[in-house]
Amino acid sequence: MQALRIESTHKTPRVILDPENGIFEFSGRSIPEDALGFYRPIFDWLDEYAKSPLPVTHVKFDLEYFNTSSSKNILEILKRLESIHTNGHEVRVTWYYDEDDEDMEETGQDYQALLNLPIELSVKIQS
Amino acid sequence: MTYSYYKNMQINNIIFVYQGEVTADLVSSILQMIENKLEGEGEDKKVKKRVFNVMVECLQNVYHHLDALPPTDPTNPVRDKTALLMIGREEKDYFIITGNHVLNDRIPDLKARLDRINRATKEELKQLYQEVLTGGEFTEKGTAGLGMIDIARKSGQKLGYDFHPVNDKYSFFSLEARVSRIPDKG
Repeated sequence: MQALRIESTHKTPRVILDPENGIFEFSGRSIPEDALGFYRPIFDWLDEYAKSPLPVTHVKFDLEYFNTSSSKNILEILKRLESIHTNGHEVRVTWYYDEDDEDMEETGQDYQALLNLPIELSVKIQS
Repeated sequence: MTYSYYKNMQINNIIFVYQGEVTADLVSSILQMIENKLEGEGEDKKVKKRVFNVMVECLQNVYHHLDALPPTDPTNPVRDKTALLMIGREEKDYFIITGNHVLNDRIPDLKARLDRINRATKEELKQLYQEVLTGGEFTEKGTAGLGMIDIARKSGQKLGYDFHPVNDKYSFFSLEARVSRIPDKG
């Protein structure tokens, strides 16, 4: 399946969904006014991917900020991953946050509570 | 005249004020400008992040939810979709104030939501956030009420608000969110 790559902007994250190389990553910030407009192609891609996913899909979220309209869309992404997982294909999510960023840590916990999906919270190694 | 504006802003600890039409581009520019300012002044990283987060929600909230006055409305001498955006910094807190017109019909609902948020404990806010996140309406605007809950969670303080009657149809709604400058608080 064709990879989906979106470069980051000052309002939207970098997205790499690349099954061939086993890379699934969201990084940067996500604060667009029209979050649904940005995320819709990603939903479509995931719906297609769900038809024949890899045996193991490891998705990394390394986000700096996101607005509440993005948080809904991120939940939609995680729900799609949850359904791949429920259908017997392993999905693991790593949710990165800065050591001193309790807000991002808490958001990760919110998603953990809402989904039946292994979400690992991980402190980002400072570069 | 100019000096008194300057003095007033200084006395009230206001570092940024905008009055006028609110567009998506404007919101982005303000966010970028304030972010650069916080960066340049060496504000604590955690505080900076939190101020930026609350600012994003407050400004986008106004952008999505203000009720435009019709251009013909007598109380609207300039144009519709205007709002007030203010950012200030005191010794202990940053504050973000937004002001915009709302239809009087919307006041009871808005007020009930704000009061509910202000009454909630930290744990209750977390639950409320998760509830609205999973159950709330999923629209182009994205979030029905999630923004204000998020602002309250990140602020860690009560939201200030006021409805100032303008005429029989509109009021001027102001919302104030505060973010502590003490990094460990919140």
